[in-house]
Amino acid sequence: MTILVIAEHDNKAVAPATLNTVAAAAKIGGDIHVLVAGQGVGAVAEAAAKIAGVAKVLVADNGAYAHQLPENVAPLVAELGKGYSHILAAATSNGKNILPRVAAQLDVDQISEIISVESADTFKRPIYAGNAIATVQSSAAVKVITVRATGFDPVAAEGGSAAVEAVGAAHDAGKSSFVGEELAKSDRPELTAAKIVVSGGRGMQNGDNFKHLYALADKLGAAVGASRAAVDAGFVPNDMQVGQTGKIVAPQLYIAVGISGAIQHLAGMKDSKVIVAINKDEEAPIFQVADYGLVADLFEAIPELEKLV
Amino acid sequence: MKVLVAVKRVVDYNVKVRVKADNSGVDLANVKMSMNPFCEIAVEEAVRLKEKGVATEIVVVSIGPTTAQEQLRTALALGADRAILVESADELNSLAVAKLLKAVVDKEQPQLVILGKQAIDSDNNQTGQMLAALSGYGQGTFASKVEVSGDKVAVTREIDGGAQTVSLSLPAIVTTDLRLNEPRYASLPNIMKAKKKPLEVLTPDALGVSTASTNKTLKVEAPAARSAGIKVKSVAELVEKLKNEAKVI
Repeated sequence: MTILVIAEHDNKAVAPATLNTVAAAAKIGGDIHVLVAGQGVGAVAEAAAKIAGVAKVLVADNGAYAHQLPENVAPLVAELGKGYSHILAAATSNGKNILPRVAAQLDVDQISEIISVESADTFKRPIYAGNAIATVQSSAAVKVITVRATGFDPVAAEGGSAAVEAVGAAHDAGKSSFVGEELAKSDRPELTAAKIVVSGGRGMQNGDNFKHLYALADKLGAAVGASRAAVDAGFVPNDMQVGQTGKIVAPQLYIAVGISGAIQHLAGMKDSKVIVAINKDEEAPIFQVADYGLVADLFEAIPELEKLV
Repeated sequence: MKVLVAVKRVVDYNVKVRVKADNSGVDLANVKMSMNPFCEIAVEEAVRLKEKGVATEIVVVSIGPTTAQEQLRTALALGADRAILVESADELNSLAVAKLLKAVVDKEQPQLVILGKQAIDSDNNQTGQMLAALSGYGQGTFASKVEVSGDKVAVTREIDGGAQTVSLSLPAIVTTDLRLNEPRYASLPNIMKAKKKPLEVLTPDALGVSTASTNKTLKVEAPAARSAGIKVKSVAELVEKLKNEAKVI
């Protein structure tokens, strides 16, 4: 068995989710190869070669792959993937965009967002916003799988010394082109990788009030997230959304502030180790999953919390 | 321009589902069913394109049981012109659904296909991408903005780091994210009118599509329950617990 892991990267560095995906591959067992498709990805390939447990790094360096356009990357992965037992990618917006296209090209069903490996062909994954866990078996010759990062502890980023090999013809489908992007800039830790996450909901009342959460987060070295309600209301941008269809987080400590706790939000954070809820409504469903609940006005509690930590 | 919209009948998003005692699935008996929320956004986007004069006809399609006609009638009441049900009593996996939609695309030749990014039951997030692969079309997934001009569509996508805009040649596939639009409610006169709009029923056999899957669900279990903890009385007590009991700060 040889497993192909698609590296998540921005042409400059390997994203942490790749390490969780390699960890899932290691649980399946067998040789692990990592594909780095992009443009000017020499440094990414070098970093990928150092990931613990990786036997080989395949590099497809071409302008057609610069922006991870699925019309171009999927044919490459499908072509290379035919010789593998499994193709794995992180369930990031890139992985979700590209991998189903690969699966269809290989004429197999994909297994999305696995949270555990039961055996080489059987996996667990959440359905119904995490209100049920399905055990799914794949009979596909090539098993195409996205991996939920929070289900697997990352492997070490250093320690390996894999061979690096250039591969693949350029696939440019000519169906799509990159126009532009607006990426959020933040000095705080990345939401899905942070040890502590402070999230705000509708109770924050407006975007300006999020400054209280930023101040608390900076004191704790935390990332800041939000509920769908806060994003829909325009308080904060979409990349901060935690939930069923937003980001899935599982930090050591999750502090939910002014969040009622809709099941769609709980789906994104209920695997956090310790959950704190601060809400003035003592009936809020968030208290049913919180380890520590504080019924209080957040505008009094948050500045006080910031002082005491 | 003809727009095809795919919709799915799913458990209503407000229902908290329960796993069946025999672990064969979730209990959907006597549970409220609705159109998947992302599919409602897809229908709304198509209707807005028609109101802008970009779309000339909206065809709505669903793959599912006979009862999925209810969701198709809802889409007709919201502004779709006609409906197609590809009837299948079996629960189908994403690849089979994508193959059936490909057969409908071949038949209808739409310039734009709009789907929800994921269904809130299986949470797969696969069908649109698979349909794009099978059709050989470009895909704009997780769309927060869709602008058609000439033979191209510009799609702004919600991605992990923020937003990305791509330009796709038509025909193309778009999957909707939450903030693409706010779906309207159907008015009573439109609900009455929708009853008279055409609804065609097809079968996978008639479309010549095999619905076999490489995936098999062995069992479905309830997740590990998380029990409620304690209520603290003050911020000071909270900080003390986090430092000395939970040891997370």
